[in-house]
Amino acid sequence: MNAESKTSAWMTDRLKARSRYLLILLLLAAAFFALAVVNIYSGSVTITPEEVFGVLFRRMGEETAQYRIIWQIRLPRIFLSALLGGALALSGFLLQTFFRNPIAGPYVLGISSGAKMVVALVMINFLERYREVSSSVLILAALFGSLLVTGFILLLSRRLRQMPILLIAGIMVGYICTAVTDFIVTFADDSDIVNLHNWSLGSFSSVGWSNVHTAFWIVSAAFLLTFLLSKPIGAFQMGEAYAQSVGVNIRLLRIAVILLSSILTACVTAFAGPISFVGIAVPFLIKKILRTAKPIIVIPTLFLGGAVFCMLCDLIARTAFAPTELNVSTVTAVFGAPIVILIMLKKHQEY
Amino acid sequence: MSEWQLETKNLSVGYHGKAMIHDIALGIGKGEIVTLIGPNGAGKSTILKSLFKQLRLVAGTVWIGGADVAQMSYKELSTRMAVMLTERVRTELMTCREIVATGRYPYTGRMGLLTAEDEEIVQNAMEIMRVEDLADKDFNRISDGQRQRILLSRAFCQQPGIIVLDEPTAYLDIRYKLELLDILRHMAREKQITVVMSLHEIDLAQKISDKVICVRGDTIFRCGPPEEIFRDEEVRWLYDLGEDAYDVSFGSVELPRPEGEPEVFVIAGGGSGIPVYRKLQREGVPFCTGILDPGDVDCRLARHLAARVITEKPFCAIRDATLREALEAMRRCRRVIDAGAPVGECNRRITELIEAAKKDGLLETAGEEYR
Repeated sequence: MNAESKTSAWMTDRLKARSRYLLILLLLAAAFFALAVVNIYSGSVTITPEEVFGVLFRRMGEETAQYRIIWQIRLPRIFLSALLGGALALSGFLLQTFFRNPIAGPYVLGISSGAKMVVALVMINFLERYREVSSSVLILAALFGSLLVTGFILLLSRRLRQMPILLIAGIMVGYICTAVTDFIVTFADDSDIVNLHNWSLGSFSSVGWSNVHTAFWIVSAAFLLTFLLSKPIGAFQMGEAYAQSVGVNIRLLRIAVILLSSILTACVTAFAGPISFVGIAVPFLIKKILRTAKPIIVIPTLFLGGAVFCMLCDLIARTAFAPTELNVSTVTAVFGAPIVILIMLKKHQEY
Repeated sequence: MSEWQLETKNLSVGYHGKAMIHDIALGIGKGEIVTLIGPNGAGKSTILKSLFKQLRLVAGTVWIGGADVAQMSYKELSTRMAVMLTERVRTELMTCREIVATGRYPYTGRMGLLTAEDEEIVQNAMEIMRVEDLADKDFNRISDGQRQRILLSRAFCQQPGIIVLDEPTAYLDIRYKLELLDILRHMAREKQITVVMSLHEIDLAQKISDKVICVRGDTIFRCGPPEEIFRDEEVRWLYDLGEDAYDVSFGSVELPRPEGEPEVFVIAGGGSGIPVYRKLQREGVPFCTGILDPGDVDCRLARHLAARVITEKPFCAIRDATLREALEAMRRCRRVIDAGAPVGECNRRITELIEAAKKDGLLETAGEEYR
């Protein structure tokens, strides 16, 4: 082959890769809409297609129960599960990049549990005094909790150079935080316990539009910032020293990545409680099907993938044993944990 | 403007503000190849890491093309200096082409997209290193030698004035080592890229370097052309080697010679003795050899391995006194081995040695096992 035909050969290869990326994005988008539709229809109250159409697009029958169910329960829940699913996948990806380990994630490293602990503390205190907690207070509490644990993990990571030990430390920190949370719950007023208990197991239920709005702004801002960091994150994938040698400001990037992943985790925990394994499973699957780890492609795709994954899990949680509703975390664990085992087997083979 | 491409003055390097090596003064010109040699843990990596700002300088200054590196941002530095590190790179789902393309980082825009020109530079760099066939392979699934060449293409893509390499030949077999050094020489000569690296193989360092820097101890520092550095005693001192362990003309190191009174006499010359010496040394048998010309390759090695070497003056026919000395030495040995030396004008009288050994019934002929 001469040089020109060689060049054109890899150009076509790249074109093929790009069309695959586009196809995957389109398929995920299609899945997203399909799941949204199925989610609107399914639930303990059956609603006919005509009714749904009327309620959604013509705003018919504002006084009916169907209207309230769709607008106040099902729609916000769909949006929230999509947003928070994307947020979880993204924060998992950021942590995996940071720690250079495919099984790092907000849940495994105990960051979710840390956020949960502080939120539980704040919730109990506020509920006793004011009978009500605003979402911004919860988010701040969750952010404080997640930064607290992240900071602790970072301190440990200076001493524990080996990744497996660091992960075990993260899991232990998670257990400690969960124990503290349980302790708080045990001694809380009976009236608060129901709420707290539901929340602390992870669920997208009982959210209003105001929460969805808040989540939307936080998550989309974090997503945009992460996307803008695609270039340095890509360089970071070759390791810190090489990234620095091509001009990346490592300290700034580290801070940005940690802050972004903490904010995303905090947002999820504040609104839906700790949700396990999404942060590990989704980035892994997305990279696998894209056959690349390039952040500029992976970041948007895994955000959409996380949304689809959580919408699906929420659908299963709501409908599998209806009228009994499962916790989302139960469902995500069923799908996510085997993937973690798969990753470990694969890694083991590589070495 | 300084005449040096890379210059250091009063440089102290180390970890956590503690100086490991101080007062480093270097001047490296454009297109020069400079090699750091020295024992493990001497601080070769520490010096290199300080040059590319991965370690904070303890004291002193580093200039690149006359500009103070401490005042430079990493971004600025990245267009002047590229690095290749010794630790293995683990990547995820990255093709070799993508790895090479990361070298374009300082030149791409906000989102890091490659322009057609960038693509061409990447392609070019891979062609120079002869790795274009690996372009679409996964970086984790190629050999160590190929990986080093990919990383070198990446460094080349960065279009630096200086490339710093920390033990680039680690993990490579001898063929890849030579190939890599050949490429480096090509880059230095044709592209005028300054190469600064650390090497473990002193023989290779001697052959490729314009300047060699010896690193040992905390203040001791030697720097100069290989002719000055590679003297037996300098190298022995640098690595703390025993006497006779390093030979400057072979550029190689030898294991210590067997101790004790010679048990075997080897009649050798013209290179025939080398396999016999090596075998005896492996078996730990002390031996005596002769009669050799001092310039004979057998003699050079025998000086490192033999308990005793009997020589004649250069290019002179063997004299009576020397023959007598050899006969005496031979009679004290239990065995005599005829290595099969070629016989000519100068060493004709070794045949007398052979005859004497035959008469005593001590003679063995070096057979197949030595060839």
